[in-house]
Amino acid sequence: MDLFIEILVSALLVIGGFFGFVGSYGLVKLPEPMTRLHAPTKAATLGVGGVLLASMIYFGWFGEHVSFHELMITMFIFLTAPVTGLMIAKANIHLQWTKEELPPTGAGTNWSTQSDRPSLMDDGADSRLINDGD
Amino acid sequence: MTRLFPHPILSVLLVVTWLLLVNDFRWGSLVFGMIIGLVIPLLIRPYWRQRSSLKSLPKYGSYLALVVWDIIVANVQVAKIVLFKPNSQLQPAWIVIPLEIRTPEAITVLAGTITLTPGTVSCDLSECGHALLVHCLHAPDPQSVVVDIKTRYESRLKEIFA
Repeated sequence: MDLFIEILVSALLVIGGFFGFVGSYGLVKLPEPMTRLHAPTKAATLGVGGVLLASMIYFGWFGEHVSFHELMITMFIFLTAPVTGLMIAKANIHLQWTKEELPPTGAGTNWSTQSDRPSLMDDGADSRLINDGD
Repeated sequence: MTRLFPHPILSVLLVVTWLLLVNDFRWGSLVFGMIIGLVIPLLIRPYWRQRSSLKSLPKYGSYLALVVWDIIVANVQVAKIVLFKPNSQLQPAWIVIPLEIRTPEAITVLAGTITLTPGTVSCDLSECGHALLVHCLHAPDPQSVVVDIKTRYESRLKEIFA
């Protein structure tokens, strides 16, 4: 049984390392900033996930008791990866894309990144936040 | 009760998260977790006015399982594109998803799901919150991606969030 667990852990480590590598390679290989964003937001999650799963199985079997920290790390990555992806995409829209290049919203308003309205970071933003439910 | 616990699900989640972080059950850490679960929702209440509600917890569980499976599939697909497709054959595209869900929580979950699943990254929300801008890594047929996302994820989320 020990051997089987060792093989499983090694396989997960190799899979994790492979996807981590693909994520980094995609960052270098893909042509423009927007497509580059795709590789790390996805491939890296499974890369890290594989390594963490391996760690969990290893310490669950050979260690004293199952550790839940790996589960928490996976969950935090799943929560933060979309947020960072969104922030990078928004920064890129600010820098490189005009209103004409993006497709229309179909709802009669602008995309919020290219909004004409004053930013929430302006003076008095806090009172607007509370009063208008922005 | 509502004044004391503005977001009951968040409170429970914080207690569970704290216990998992401590990684060893002690009564003291349970008490401290409960204090955290009480104080944090009260502190963030001014920024999160509406009470969020989940209609069906089992459906949310099956949705999570579906998303985890899709993440694994997404990774293999993106890895294939990165490794084997020359850049000249890549067809990136912007797509617009008209939203039927309206609550901020549901839209957040949908946007996060889109970013984690096959070849799509959610990039922006329209000012009125009725449309989502999504960038596709490789989409020869953008319209089918829109239909796919709407039927696979949005229809499920509509049932989950009240």
